[in-house]
Amino acid sequence: MAWAIYISFAGALISALLPAARPVLARWWALIVAAAGLAIAVSGFVAGVGQGRQVFVDALWVPAMGIHYLLAADGISRVLVLLTGIASVAGVLFSWNIDLRTNQFFAFYLALIGGVYGVFLSGDLFLLFVFYEIAIVPKYFLISIWGSTRREYGAMKLALYSFVGSAMVLIGLLAAYTTAGSHSTTLGDLAHSGLPVSFQMWCFPLVFVGFAILAGMWPFHTWAPTGHVAAPTAASMLLAGVVMKLGAYGCLRVGIGLFPHGLDPWGFSFIGIGSWRDVFAWLAVIGIVYGALVALAQTDFKFVIGYSSVSHMGFVLLGLMTLNQIGLDGAVLQMFSHGVIAGLLFAIVGRIVYDRTHTRQFAELEPMHLSKRLPFAAWAFVFAGIASMGLPGFSGFVAELQVLVGAWQANPWWTIASGLGIIVGVAYIWRALQKAFFSDALPTAHELESEHAHKFDAITWPEYAGVALLGISTLVVGLYPRILLDQIEPAVKALLAGGAQ
Amino acid sequence: MNYAALNYADLFRATLPETALEIAALFVIVFDLGFLRKATLPIRTAFAAFIGVAGCIAAIWAVYAAGWSGFSAGSDLLLAAGGSAGVAEVAILVLTAITLLLLVDSAFTRNPGEYVSVVLMAAAGGLIISAAQDLLVIFVGLELLSLGLYILTAFNKQSGKSAEAAIKYYLFGGMSAAFLLFGFSYLYGLSGSTSLPRVVLGTYIASAYGGAPLLYIALVMIAAGLGFKIAAVPFHLWAPDTYEGAPAPASAFIASVSKVASFALLISISTVTLHFMQSLRLTGVLGSITSPPASARIGNVIPGFNTWPMILTVLSVLSMILGNLAALAQSSVRRLVAYSAIAHAGYILLGLAFFSWTNASAQAILYYIVTYGLTTIGAFGVVGVVERATGSDKLEAFLGLHKRNPLLAAVLLVLFLSLAGIPPLVGFWAKFNLFAAVFAVGAGSIPFALVALAIAFSAVSLYYYLQVLKRTYVMPASDESPIRVNPVTSVVLFAIAAAVLLLGCFPALLQNWIARFYPSM
Repeated sequence: MAWAIYISFAGALISALLPAARPVLARWWALIVAAAGLAIAVSGFVAGVGQGRQVFVDALWVPAMGIHYLLAADGISRVLVLLTGIASVAGVLFSWNIDLRTNQFFAFYLALIGGVYGVFLSGDLFLLFVFYEIAIVPKYFLISIWGSTRREYGAMKLALYSFVGSAMVLIGLLAAYTTAGSHSTTLGDLAHSGLPVSFQMWCFPLVFVGFAILAGMWPFHTWAPTGHVAAPTAASMLLAGVVMKLGAYGCLRVGIGLFPHGLDPWGFSFIGIGSWRDVFAWLAVIGIVYGALVALAQTDFKFVIGYSSVSHMGFVLLGLMTLNQIGLDGAVLQMFSHGVIAGLLFAIVGRIVYDRTHTRQFAELEPMHLSKRLPFAAWAFVFAGIASMGLPGFSGFVAELQVLVGAWQANPWWTIASGLGIIVGVAYIWRALQKAFFSDALPTAHELESEHAHKFDAITWPEYAGVALLGISTLVVGLYPRILLDQIEPAVKALLAGGAQ
Repeated sequence: MNYAALNYADLFRATLPETALEIAALFVIVFDLGFLRKATLPIRTAFAAFIGVAGCIAAIWAVYAAGWSGFSAGSDLLLAAGGSAGVAEVAILVLTAITLLLLVDSAFTRNPGEYVSVVLMAAAGGLIISAAQDLLVIFVGLELLSLGLYILTAFNKQSGKSAEAAIKYYLFGGMSAAFLLFGFSYLYGLSGSTSLPRVVLGTYIASAYGGAPLLYIALVMIAAGLGFKIAAVPFHLWAPDTYEGAPAPASAFIASVSKVASFALLISISTVTLHFMQSLRLTGVLGSITSPPASARIGNVIPGFNTWPMILTVLSVLSMILGNLAALAQSSVRRLVAYSAIAHAGYILLGLAFFSWTNASAQAILYYIVTYGLTTIGAFGVVGVVERATGSDKLEAFLGLHKRNPLLAAVLLVLFLSLAGIPPLVGFWAKFNLFAAVFAVGAGSIPFALVALAIAFSAVSLYYYLQVLKRTYVMPASDESPIRVNPVTSVVLFAIAAAVLLLGCFPALLQNWIARFYPSM
């Protein structure tokens, strides 16, 4: 599976060297590279069935400091690598119409993908951090060059938020490394180095918040809506679909994995909050409800999806904070599920609809009768919206249900409060669906005539293919979640046994 | 005092690298004035640069050939060899050679021979201070380096800015040299010696007998003198003007070689002090020292000696804050690089303030300053090319660079991201090494807070580096005519960027190379 990383970076380099005047070449090249990555991810996923943690490479990278070049994957990593593969192929398909500096676009895009694969496969803390930071720069350029609404602002905000988060992580990592005796930086060695509880108590929140910034935890989520809206479609798909998972994955693997005692009770409680676990769980719950409520009030179609991401990522963080098997299973499954569904939603809004209507304002979309003029977009959005609401049969249902059950076991109030978020979630999807596609206003004769004259471009094959890929993924996982859970459960069990409690 | 006669054969052997540089310097002038009077300027420049590079290579060979024995007068070591001094010397020579290669493409002077010979003489001064173990030798070396730098700054005779920058640099430099000499004279008065180890011993005894206030004054004076060389706040005022006004290759030289030499000097001062304290503990002269040696930093051990790290910490914090914040407001890329240089000096000072008697700190600092020097030279190389093409070093001059010259834009991308500390580029490992060394020396809330501050400010620094990169890659160009670059310059810049990337991907390469200079412990 390590080859997924190398292929992506090599692909990025070659894409940068491709002639700028031949966008077709760059497109096909990117699709080939992304598909190769997906193929590796799938074969790695299949090969990992029934296996525990597999180590692919383990070499001393910086011998003097005990830094290893250690690539490994357990069930959690394999699921997320699979997600990255799916999202990257879909992203290329939905960027098929990019004509401006196409080779550079895909160079940055593939570099980002390579960094993401790297984070999910790293078994060494510093390697993980290195890949984590590699992912920052391509995001900035993808958004600021090819983005739309307030792109430079959104890109800079995203880059600085990410960098501040990773600066916090770096401080925590340096502190953990030196506290553990400066011998080794592999995750396993650090976890078994017996970091003092008092150290974990302050290092855990530092590292957790550092990663959670990228996972869109309230109140550090504000980069997410602006960044998502500003980004070109493929970048929003990757941001919401994969990059936010980097943050959540870091919270899980590094935060909870290395500093399990950081979640212990403080020994006193203040308005019912007695540990970092309570603090972050409530922040996650606030994120769920707040994101959903704000999404309900947006006038820009893409902002709705942007805020819905904040809400759905809240479920991931809440699942992490339950610290029980079912809650963590749900959190990892939700990472996959949201990655696919958010990708689909952003693709519909940003590519299929926006590139034809050139507006994302509900007020302007309402009189366009999109359900008649773009029936494919409308029904795809119905499909994705239902998946996003968490109806049975889709991946979101299984994931969120598990998170809620886990949360109930931990603290019933978390479940009750976040249940509210689910209800609002139905409402904002419904509202978006109605305003953008199924408005009541019947077309007048005059409108019919002009609509007839200005037909939207037909849906192209990359769009069909992308929607099919993402739609089938969510459906398969929704109908048969064991396919992922069989891999997630043992990994979570090992993580809980190795660190927490 | 020891009046033993000098052994001139030893002196010659120990100063072989300096001698090689001086011979090359003379040769450049003779060749340029004697044989190339009729030749065109590009040819003269190319020959001068070529001879200069050959001189640097000869000097590198001489560093290795001279062995690791150093030079002593009687029992007092005057020039160290090997260890930090060896690393710094080779680094100075390599960086000097690279700045000379960048000269090939520039046309700010009609006297390339003189320029190259001044560069080589200044580099010889850099070699001397990085090896110096004696206050007088330090001062001579510093003056040799500084005088060269003043001349280089003023070398563009057509430019008023160049002259202005030089006079500012010269006035500040003269004042700081006076401060430094004044501080040295106090140290001599306290200790009765100019040899660093004896100075440390003497001042230690003197401060134990009530001489501490004098020591404080001396240390503050010396900090002022050396703070000027490394452009630490509040002695940084010359830096932005000089970086902006001097010819680009001269700016690159000042920003890299002079920095390496000055930090090497600070390293040898700290090393001598710590080895002294370490020897106290081992021989048990004063018997009251309890700190474990590995975490002994200056000041933990002897209460009167904590002034120096305290001064360094203050300089460091001020430099990080002011350097980074001022860089945010710059519209000239050269001034931006100058303020970022101040910020980088701040990070390094943190490593000096929390210095370990083992070689870990010295190696981390050298790693940082060497890679920083390399990166900055590249940055000035790009700025120089853009400046010649557009006539300005303002941010707007970089608009659309990725279309005008993709190579330059890519090089700038790599170098600036490295300066911001983004992995897998070498700047990240430099920062990581340095901060890990700080943590290894001082556990506790103060070093933690300082490192947190440094990392937080390197997050700030990403903003202003991205301001430049945004213009090269994102914003639309007003002028899309391609920029032509001399092939030598392209190769050098590409090689620098490739080195920054490769050393970042394989950080152990440079670490092992540095470690080879130190006797195994």
